Amino acid sequence: MTETAVKPAPAKAAKKPKPELSEGKRAERRLGWLLCAPAALVMVAVTGWPIIYSVWLSMQRYDLRFPNQSEFVFLDNYITVLGSEYWWTAFGLTTLITVVSVIIELVLGMCLALIMHRTIVGRGLVRTVSLIPYGIVTVVAAFSWRYAWDDKTGYLSALLSSESALIDQTSAFFTVVLAEVWKTTPFMALLLMAGLALVPDDLLRAAAMDGAGPWQRFTKVIVPVMKPAILVALLFRTLDAFRIFDNLFVLTPGTSSVSIQTYNNLIKGLNLGIGSTMSVLIFITVAIIAFLFIKVFGTAAPGSDSGGKR
Amino acid sequence: MRSASRTARKRLVAAVGAALVAAPLLTACGSDSGITINVYYAPEQVFDKVVAKCNERANGRYTIVYNKLPREADGQREQMVRRLAANDSEMDILGLDVVWVAEFAEAGWILEWTGQNKAEAERDVFPGPLSTAQWNGKLYAATKNTNVQLLWYDKRVTPTPPRTFDEMITTSERLRDEGKPYQILLTAAEYEGLVVNYNTIVNSAGGNILSEDGKSVVMDQGAVKGLEILKRLSTAGVTAPDLTAAKEQQVQLGFQQPGGKAAFQINWPFVYASIQTANPELFQNLGWAQYPGVNPGEPSKPTIGGYNLAVSSYSRHPQEAFEATLCLREAESQKYQAVLESLPPTIQSVYDDPTPVDPSKPADPKNNPTMDQAYPMKDAIVPSLEDSAARPLTPAYQNASTVISTILSPPTAIDPPVTADRLRRELQDALQSKGVLP
Repeated sequence: MTETAVKPAPAKAAKKPKPELSEGKRAERRLGWLLCAPAALVMVAVTGWPIIYSVWLSMQRYDLRFPNQSEFVFLDNYITVLGSEYWWTAFGLTTLITVVSVIIELVLGMCLALIMHRTIVGRGLVRTVSLIPYGIVTVVAAFSWRYAWDDKTGYLSALLSSESALIDQTSAFFTVVLAEVWKTTPFMALLLMAGLALVPDDLLRAAAMDGAGPWQRFTKVIVPVMKPAILVALLFRTLDAFRIFDNLFVLTPGTSSVSIQTYNNLIKGLNLGIGSTMSVLIFITVAIIAFLFIKVFGTAAPGSDSGGKR
Repeated sequence: MRSASRTARKRLVAAVGAALVAAPLLTACGSDSGITINVYYAPEQVFDKVVAKCNERANGRYTIVYNKLPREADGQREQMVRRLAANDSEMDILGLDVVWVAEFAEAGWILEWTGQNKAEAERDVFPGPLSTAQWNGKLYAATKNTNVQLLWYDKRVTPTPPRTFDEMITTSERLRDEGKPYQILLTAAEYEGLVVNYNTIVNSAGGNILSEDGKSVVMDQGAVKGLEILKRLSTAGVTAPDLTAAKEQQVQLGFQQPGGKAAFQINWPFVYASIQTANPELFQNLGWAQYPGVNPGEPSKPTIGGYNLAVSSYSRHPQEAFEATLCLREAESQKYQAVLESLPPTIQSVYDDPTPVDPSKPADPKNNPTMDQAYPMKDAIVPSLEDSAARPLTPAYQNASTVISTILSPPTAIDPPVTADRLRRELQDALQSKGVLP
């Protein structure tokens, strides 16, 4: 353990003074850049341009229904959106859905991953079956949830004798979370299972030998070793959950997440200015989430937090 | 019973449809010029027969193709708007809900009607529905069918229908205490259906939500009165538990369901046909009346619904498109759709037309009905149309409607003066497409 923890330190130190490159090496690198250039340019064109264009649109008053009134308004749209109660309600709701569903998914996904990891018989079959919910198109799945919860014809509402699963606000919230969790837990489990494979059996056996119980082995050995995998899974799911659209759109029309509100303003309202402002804001939020995760991830990577573990 | 009458209905569609197509077929022998006129229109059961008739009439000069838009109004608008914003020339005739005409006209997406076509499209049309096809004093669409909500009731429970909302709520409370069916069903989910009801109540109270030109917010005393009525209605315990999720279909099913608790339903005339099959006993005792008013002794001013047909500015064959539109919405087509799928015509003379759907054969209530036989609720629809009021005409209607339905939801939480203030504030922004849509 100590050995692996110490190793990266000199490697890191060695990186700082840049080694002189030979003539051949430099030519090779230049060729590398040239070969990359076309792909990089295409990437810039298809991803960079839309981003720049929507930033540009977000600084204009631009409503398709009033084409004559278009003008450059600089940051007015941002002031409007950030000063709007609707936006913050949607933002709060989206955050709540994200946090609640990702936490549940993490717990369930971990259980599922442990089970799948330990499965001896029919491993492939178990994995395939558990992935089915993730393979179903979200809109289709959302519709089957909606019909299942329908207060007149739904079998789930009949089973639980609940008349208003999708009408009452609180229960509608949990219905949406349930649909999200049902759908994406397998994805979480798959990523976590990849992490589990990293945990060497020797380590577990050694820990058992030293008298660690199953829970201790899990918290003290398995989780620290697979931390990078957990963080990657969390990052993916958080970014995904924050952009929730389909389930809300089908299950609870009228409820706004940030994505639905953007859609309402952009596509229904035809207001390119406000709509683009919202999509830029979502982009920034997602970037912040990713940044935070990578910061945390960077400090938590095996080897770099050697101080704490020693 | 259900399947029997359904097959009878199908046979009626088949027989009459065949007649409608076959008559001009004998004379059709022109060559196909290859011009295609694409109609984008909401799904309707027998509209394809009307299209077929007009194709025969075109005699090969052009072919009309009926492209079905999604069932939900929002979905229809979104598809058209998205494609028009991209200057799509594949759309020729557009089926517009009556509230979209101003928006499409202002954006320059639809062509103005002029000259002979205009005269033909305006002839004998009820003034209310006609006003929905106009914007800034010009005609931008031809009315296809109108629509107006009626009060449907069970004559066994209430032999005479209530005339005002107050009367209806009081009656309903009495019926509830007597243990009879009592519920008042209406569309009050957070969507356009709630706006329609609110608009009717406000207009009936003599108030206005927006100014005549749709440029400013009025929200006068009548508009506040409307809020009070919605509040009282939703909190008196006379509505169904799913009030805040009720759209047309829930209202329809709740009313016609055998053994249901509903005494009144406020809904469009399409419900007539389905009650016939779903609940024959109720059908025998079904009554209908004009939408309840607000002030005693004054009739209500029901909100006009329905569809208009417009020609896209990006169409490559506007002349043919105008001609095809006129055929699709002519009196004969309107009568056909009124008889077979209860769509109220916009042309006045159709209501008095004594000839059956297929004039070449004798009238017969089952297979070849007249308007009188198949459309008895016209006695309530015609006066409703005469009293009717259009929804506020404004290009920003979608914004205004979204704001209204959001603020009014749920109706139980309305606090009249406070809600009115909020409506005033947010509608003003919405009309100028400023501010954020919920």
